Amino acid sequence: MTELHHLTLAELNEGLRARRFSSVELTKHFLARIERLNPTLNALITVTTEQALAAAQRADELLASGEAGALAGLPLIHKDIFCTDGVLTTCGSRMLANFVAPYDATIVEKLSQSGVVMLGKANMDEFAMGSSNETSYYGPVKNPWDLKKVPGGSSGGSAAAVAARLAPVATATDTGGSIRQPAALTGLTGLKPTYGRVSRYGMIAFASSLDQAGTLTYTAKDAALVLRDMAGFDPRDSTSVDMPVPDYVAALDQPLQGLKIGLLKEFFEGGLEESTGKLIREALQVYERLGAQLIEVSLPNLPLSVPTYYVVAPAECSSNLSRFDGVRFGYRCENPKDLVDLYKRSRGEGFGAEVKRRIMTGTYVLSAGYYDAYYLRAQKVRRLITDDFARAFQQVDVLMGPTSPTPAFDIGAKVDDPITMYLNDIYTIGANLAGLPALSIPCGSVGGLPVGLQIIGPHFAEAKLLNVAHGYQNETLWHRDIPKGYE
Amino acid sequence: MSLTDHDVKNIAHLARLALTEEQVPVYVDSLSKIFDFVAQLNAADTASVEPMAHPLAGQVQRMRPDEVLDSDQHGKYQRNAPRVEADLYLVPKVIE
Repeated sequence: MTELHHLTLAELNEGLRARRFSSVELTKHFLARIERLNPTLNALITVTTEQALAAAQRADELLASGEAGALAGLPLIHKDIFCTDGVLTTCGSRMLANFVAPYDATIVEKLSQSGVVMLGKANMDEFAMGSSNETSYYGPVKNPWDLKKVPGGSSGGSAAAVAARLAPVATATDTGGSIRQPAALTGLTGLKPTYGRVSRYGMIAFASSLDQAGTLTYTAKDAALVLRDMAGFDPRDSTSVDMPVPDYVAALDQPLQGLKIGLLKEFFEGGLEESTGKLIREALQVYERLGAQLIEVSLPNLPLSVPTYYVVAPAECSSNLSRFDGVRFGYRCENPKDLVDLYKRSRGEGFGAEVKRRIMTGTYVLSAGYYDAYYLRAQKVRRLITDDFARAFQQVDVLMGPTSPTPAFDIGAKVDDPITMYLNDIYTIGANLAGLPALSIPCGSVGGLPVGLQIIGPHFAEAKLLNVAHGYQNETLWHRDIPKGYE
Repeated sequence: MSLTDHDVKNIAHLARLALTEEQVPVYVDSLSKIFDFVAQLNAADTASVEPMAHPLAGQVQRMRPDEVLDSDQHGKYQRNAPRVEADLYLVPKVIE
């Protein structure tokens, strides 16, 4: 029998509007699943039961009066990087363990105006720095496909929650792959929009020239539904782009006949596991059957994307995280002997090991005498990589390749070696450096663990990406797979 | 490259991070590896390349008119402060 958590967001939306079930019923169903399953997964840091039931009640009233917003009554989990007025907002850190946000992030406000029901806040790597959700102060998140494996990161809590059917959608953020890699490792559709497409006001900053907010859902259609209400110009974010938001849902069914797909030569190198590569090639055959044309393209500077990222992102992180000083909000050490001691111990005790590593990396590459050798050079290589992408998009409509070189790895396997952990993001970082939209969709599994196909498009081509992903999901059922024990 | 204990302590001081004695060698090791790893960037020919600061070509950070838009909410904001007295944030004495 089909249960409520077997339905996609689009199907739940139809059911709510046809009054087959109410938002209160739907909300109670998912809250009960969270209560039962979250203790094992550790996917949520905060569950907002009372607010959720009140919001569901309001949504039901609006649905009855015919004045409901496009997403009225649909349950959602927010990554704990987004400020939520009156609700604990930790960013996965001890630094913010007692921080109750005094306002809503723009996307929280927009989605709540659209009628969504927030069920809670998702666990994440501390300040979004990590690829396995093991750097969280609140402990690692488990992958519902295999509890010994990581769910990916940094949006690991959002991914595990949606994969385990604790909610049909979660918000997430992506600085170097933090939406797409967890989507791949948990069998979800993860969309990182173009830089500037979605407002970042109220989203706790990590690396401001790279950060972007997006979604984790079952299908591209669900992502289109949510992005339509999340995207748009926001005067409160100075990097927000003033461009109209297209109707992503209306564009889903365009035929893929004649689509030019670029196969990134460099994406089939760099430690790609054979069984993962095989599934990617099978997915490309599905596109060929739909009338797409495959063209091999090369981005010669792409192999430098990981070292470029690990100069640029830590540099920006060291600046952004200087605001955590133990004075106005956040953690403060006991008995500081003077102001410098207050700063140093509050930060030393409030930040975890990986966050401190990134702050120190960034401090070093920005310091006098090293700025030109590291930071300026990285900014130049960043342009070379971006130009490579621009040349490729003169030839093809989208680029495809794997999202992650391997399926989910064991918890604890890579924590002691930062470089091995950083190389996990080898296929995802390029899109962030160039500000491009990209998504990951499930395309099979290896030993019971999902594998993701990555699709990258030119700036502001979200509608095309969702259309291309939707075309694949019409032909396949990978996005319907539910991990054992969570049916 | 290989950093020394002294280098790491200096970087931590600049970043205003207190490290324990046990943490110092851990960061000497991992930061040295990271700087070795990013040294790959030296292989790229960047002689005539303009550094890139913004991912969207031609985009500039917008300015807005200097007008007050928000109401005073310091009471609400100060609820998150570690120590407040008479609407002021308290820190250890800085002037003798």
